[in-house]
Amino acid sequence: MRSKYEIFKIGIKDVAPHLLSVFPFGIIFGAIGIELGFSPLFTYATSLIIFGGASQIVFLQLLSGGASSLIAITSVGVINSRHFLYGAVLSEYLQKLSLIKKLLISYFIVDQGFAVSNQYFKKNPTEEFNHYHLIGSGIILWFIWQVSTIMGIYLGSIVPEELGLKFAIPLTFIAIIVNELRKFDHVLVMLISGLAATFFYNAPFKTYIIISPLIGLFAAMIINKLKK
Amino acid sequence: MTWTSIFIAGILTYFTRMSMVTLIRKEMISDNLRKILNYVPSVVFPSIIFPGVLLDDFGAFVTISDPKIFGAITALVIGFFTRNVILTIVSGLSSYWIVIFIF
Repeated sequence: MRSKYEIFKIGIKDVAPHLLSVFPFGIIFGAIGIELGFSPLFTYATSLIIFGGASQIVFLQLLSGGASSLIAITSVGVINSRHFLYGAVLSEYLQKLSLIKKLLISYFIVDQGFAVSNQYFKKNPTEEFNHYHLIGSGIILWFIWQVSTIMGIYLGSIVPEELGLKFAIPLTFIAIIVNELRKFDHVLVMLISGLAATFFYNAPFKTYIIISPLIGLFAAMIINKLKK
Repeated sequence: MTWTSIFIAGILTYFTRMSMVTLIRKEMISDNLRKILNYVPSVVFPSIIFPGVLLDDFGAFVTISDPKIFGAITALVIGFFTRNVILTIVSGLSSYWIVIFIF
């Protein structure tokens, strides 16, 4: 049985490679906020209060483009609705915790942290303190996101646009899914949701980001029925 | 006005994070549902990857010779064989840069 601190450290170690793309993305985000004409405080507040990379960019872009607050807020909600799926997956492993602990940990549920901690939970389902993995991965992602946003705000575009570092985001997600590429049913489901996302990309309020996973899950359901 | 909207967007986002964690109990998840939830990473991440690679900033398809396509394929192949996150990201980015800056 590993101690809390050991599992916390494994969480940090497991998510660390993904900081390679989270860090430049945070700098890019901070610089974009200032470029769009928002104050440093306002730009930074989105990182602290919303804490969801892609949704923060859309939020500021919509507001600066003259969209109503309602549209900006709705888009953030839609983009971040994928967390419902993460929460449903994680709930099983966090069930034993007190409500207050669940509420605190929830703030740190983000894509990369969910991905690496879920992998750890699946391998070690009975560890008493396995939620410390999610705390470790979540806190380091949070910390790097805050620091990189502030750097982007004050240093501006130190990351030259020609480098196209936004591309590091799809890459970090590719690094997450390669684990499942050896399973045919998963590959099929990936293709279906990915193509659906490309097809629905221009749907209003960025709804493609939740429509496509749901289409993918529906496909997974059918595949599982057929397998029986 | 806009400050209020940050807080509402923040509360909404926090709600998407905490609701399932606090509401779902183990008994509510059947074996079938658990099997389906296994696919969550495989449906969410491709929904971000595909448009990120295949579409440009304006939502139009990129050409087949786009550096992003070359970078993504390199990352997929390296990732598949090494299962190493750093190698996957670095190989994807460097092959992307090779196409941009050398060709």
